[in-house]
Amino acid sequence: MVAEALFFSAVLFTIGVIGVLTRRNAIIIFMAVELMLNAVNLSFVALSRLYGVTGQVFVIFVMAVAAAEAAVGLAIIISIFRHHETVDLQNINLLKG
Amino acid sequence: MMHHGLFFQFNFYVFGLIAVASAIAFVTRKSPVAAALWLVNTMFCLAVLYVMLDAQFIGAVQVLLYAGAIMVVFLFVVMLLNLGHVPGSGDIRRLWPRLLAGAAGIVLLAELSVLGRQQLPGELVEPAAQSNVVTAVAGPLFNEYLLAFEVTSVLLLAAIIGAVVLAKRRV
Amino acid sequence: MLLLQAASPALSHPLAGTIAEYVWLLPILPLLGFVINGFLSLAASYRPGPPDPDMGHGEPHAPSGAQGVHGAHGENEDVHAAPRRPAFASIVAIIGPLVLALSFVLAVAIFFAMPGDMTAPFVKRFFSWMPVGTDLQIDWAFQLDQLSMVMVLIITGVGTLIHIFSLGYMRDDPGFARFFAYLNLFVAFMLVLVLGASYPVLFVGWEGVGLCSYLLIGFWYEDKANADAGLKAFIVNRIGDFGFLMAMFLVWTNLGALDFVGVKAAAAALPVGGPLVTTICLFFFLGCAGKSAQIPLYVWLPDAMAGPTPVSALIHAATMVTAGVYLIARSSFLFAIAPAASLTVAVIGAITALFAATIGLKQWDIKKVLAYSTVSQLGYMFVGVGVGAYVAGMFHLMTHAFFKALLFLGAGSVIFAMHEALHHTHSDQDAQDMRNMGGFRKYMPWTFAMMWIATLAISGIPIFAGFFSKDEILGAVFARAQDSTLADITWLGIPGTWVLYGVYVFALVGALLTAIYMTRLMLYTFHGPNRTGEREREYLHEAPWSMTMPVIVLGVLSAIGGVINLPAFLHLPEGWTFGLEHWLDPVVGEAALHVTHGAPAELSHSTEYALVGIAIVVAVAGVLFAMARLKPAALVPKAEAPPERGFSRVLENKYYVDEIYDDTIIEPTVTISKNLLWKGIDAGLVDGLFVNGSAWLARGFAAIGSWLQSGQVGTYAWAIVVGVLAVLGAFTLR
Repeated sequence: MVAEALFFSAVLFTIGVIGVLTRRNAIIIFMAVELMLNAVNLSFVALSRLYGVTGQVFVIFVMAVAAAEAAVGLAIIISIFRHHETVDLQNINLLKG
Repeated sequence: MMHHGLFFQFNFYVFGLIAVASAIAFVTRKSPVAAALWLVNTMFCLAVLYVMLDAQFIGAVQVLLYAGAIMVVFLFVVMLLNLGHVPGSGDIRRLWPRLLAGAAGIVLLAELSVLGRQQLPGELVEPAAQSNVVTAVAGPLFNEYLLAFEVTSVLLLAAIIGAVVLAKRRV
Repeated sequence: MLLLQAASPALSHPLAGTIAEYVWLLPILPLLGFVINGFLSLAASYRPGPPDPDMGHGEPHAPSGAQGVHGAHGENEDVHAAPRRPAFASIVAIIGPLVLALSFVLAVAIFFAMPGDMTAPFVKRFFSWMPVGTDLQIDWAFQLDQLSMVMVLIITGVGTLIHIFSLGYMRDDPGFARFFAYLNLFVAFMLVLVLGASYPVLFVGWEGVGLCSYLLIGFWYEDKANADAGLKAFIVNRIGDFGFLMAMFLVWTNLGALDFVGVKAAAAALPVGGPLVTTICLFFFLGCAGKSAQIPLYVWLPDAMAGPTPVSALIHAATMVTAGVYLIARSSFLFAIAPAASLTVAVIGAITALFAATIGLKQWDIKKVLAYSTVSQLGYMFVGVGVGAYVAGMFHLMTHAFFKALLFLGAGSVIFAMHEALHHTHSDQDAQDMRNMGGFRKYMPWTFAMMWIATLAISGIPIFAGFFSKDEILGAVFARAQDSTLADITWLGIPGTWVLYGVYVFALVGALLTAIYMTRLMLYTFHGPNRTGEREREYLHEAPWSMTMPVIVLGVLSAIGGVINLPAFLHLPEGWTFGLEHWLDPVVGEAALHVTHGAPAELSHSTEYALVGIAIVVAVAGVLFAMARLKPAALVPKAEAPPERGFSRVLENKYYVDEIYDDTIIEPTVTISKNLLWKGIDAGLVDGLFVNGSAWLARGFAAIGSWLQSGQVGTYAWAIVVGVLAVLGAFTLR
């Protein structure tokens, strides 16, 4: 089971990466990042079957951090939306150097 | 559930594939609402997988927290910003970046596969002598990782305050 | 190997401490003249003078006599306004010939200071010129020995006469000062050439005279044809210079020295006839072929007639073209031990002598006839030094300087008169074409007489100088055909003896042709009816005395010059002859003996007399044949002359050699240069790939860099992903 779970984890992670690179909508990119975190969680849980319960404990922490990150990130997106009227990342290039 | 019969394995594969299919669907939807819902589906399947991997508590928390809270927040924001209706071809990038992304994905998958083939210790650890799965997780959480636990709570506090501050309109 | 002077403290040279210490003055005086005249010519150019009056043939014309002559024409007065005397003419007229006369006086003084039995050269080192590490030390040093003395006397003596001639000839040319500046510079370089104590110093002079030749041939450069002629001379010379340089490099790498004393010592250890010394000598001869106009590099000399006639007299008759002969005589110690190379020199000299003589038979331009005559006579000199008779070659060099300079100066007087006459009648006839001349003996008797002396001399009629020198060469060839190192070897599969007999025959036939074409020149120019035209005739007269005086002096020298080296078989009492043979012995005698197997070349008396007799018969026959067969009365002026046909046409067009060179060598070179080197490599490769390509590359890198700074989050995400892939890849591939 562990090997299959790890395989699924890799696939889901890859899909998340493709999602980040392919989409322009900020919220969808965010959700793809959440997908990546989930894939990592799966891999932690799978390996906790071999290495002990520490893996599951870590998953708790990951989830907590993911929640915090989602909250803050969405707040930022809202504030950007207020300014630019759009969440299309192509148009947001204030970091341009 | 130590021994894994054929039925067990078959189910594992089914839910795994459903998770992958849902993830692919999520990445390819034009509408953010549809995409969010597909992601929720993925998380449900992952919760099933967690349970099948003897992490029942984590599975429950996954549904409660991820699917039930975080994704709801996402949907709140989508609705708030009225992003549900997407004109034209949406926000998916053009062909050339998609192909490149696909190529990068294939390379990544290949590398991960190669790296993941290492020898794993074949011994499975007994989850707990307790009958209570929550206790199995809670024990280390409040004993060895207490500091991390407390720090995480501070982190959550900071996140709440930050979210409020950032999203506040300037009144 | 360092220069000898540093290593011989004990023996003091007999010339040390005498006037020979001032040998450095010899080239410095003309150089000073160049500087002064050069400044004056630059100053003069700020004063616009009249434009070059006659660009048709590039020869000046000088109106003579009173202004009234011009007034007689009803033409536009401006055209005939008397040209002003060139700026600074009086100063230049004094300085130009004066420095050369002073050099001549100094040379004569040094000559008298030279003891009769001087065996070692007097080397005077001035400064260290090119010290390179510890191996190579080239000094600026002059070497005085009998050979260089001969050349110095010829250069300064004949040079002074020609400078005086030029005073009259270039009298009204606006470039008067420039002319004398260049002429002085030329003499300075020529003196450096003959006085140099090592090959590099000689080469400095070699190149310098080439430069001055270019400057002087293209003196009237506004006419493109003249500039082209100068360019042609320089470029063809350059090909020869490549040979000279290769020879120098070989000498240095294999013999370890570059000064003559050192090379002579090192050469003694070389195997006779070895490939090294043969290669060195052949390369040197390539240089000579370029400088002294032998086949295949003679083509520049006829074109060089575009320059003023004094230039032709000095450079292309008496001095520069003889540098090649001097070089071989100077390198006699190398050529003597390379019989194959020496034989090659002789063969090419003989072929050139005959070849050029045939062309001279059918030339109509008086200067072209003399040009081909020069090429032919140079061939004789090379025959002389090629067979190891170095003294004979040098002797012919000297007598040739006399009568060829005389011939050119005389032709200059003729052309001078023609130009004047044609200018007066505004005729556009060719002033140098013999078909437009005729009967000049009435108008210029002195020139006529002197030129006949020169013609007899060059034809080899007895008593005159040319007879003795030419006969000595012919005799030397014959003697060596019978017994010498040259006769012992096979040359391209032919036994040396046959080759030498062939050379002898070629030289003899060449002598016959020489007599014919020279007599032809005299007949067409001075004898017979005058074809110039009725109106021009009244303006033909003798040249001014400043021009005729040097001609007379040279005429005397051509007549009695033979006394310098009367042959031994005449058994004259001591003191009747100057005895060039013995005088040059310390320099070239050893090498000459080497060629003749250690004993002086001896022919039996009967053979000697027979050879002399044959030579006389040939010469006289040539003159008489020309007189009998060529009818100057049958000529018509150039404008009406019918075109030549058949073999005459081939001869008149100089065997189409220039055209052949053009098609086979020049055209492909230009085409390849233009298409391959210019368009292909320069524009395509260097410009396109390297210059533009590197710019393109830089732009590409800049584009990547700017993409990374675009501010687009998507780009940054990509960058992260690529980084992750790279790190994972490193782990995967490990």
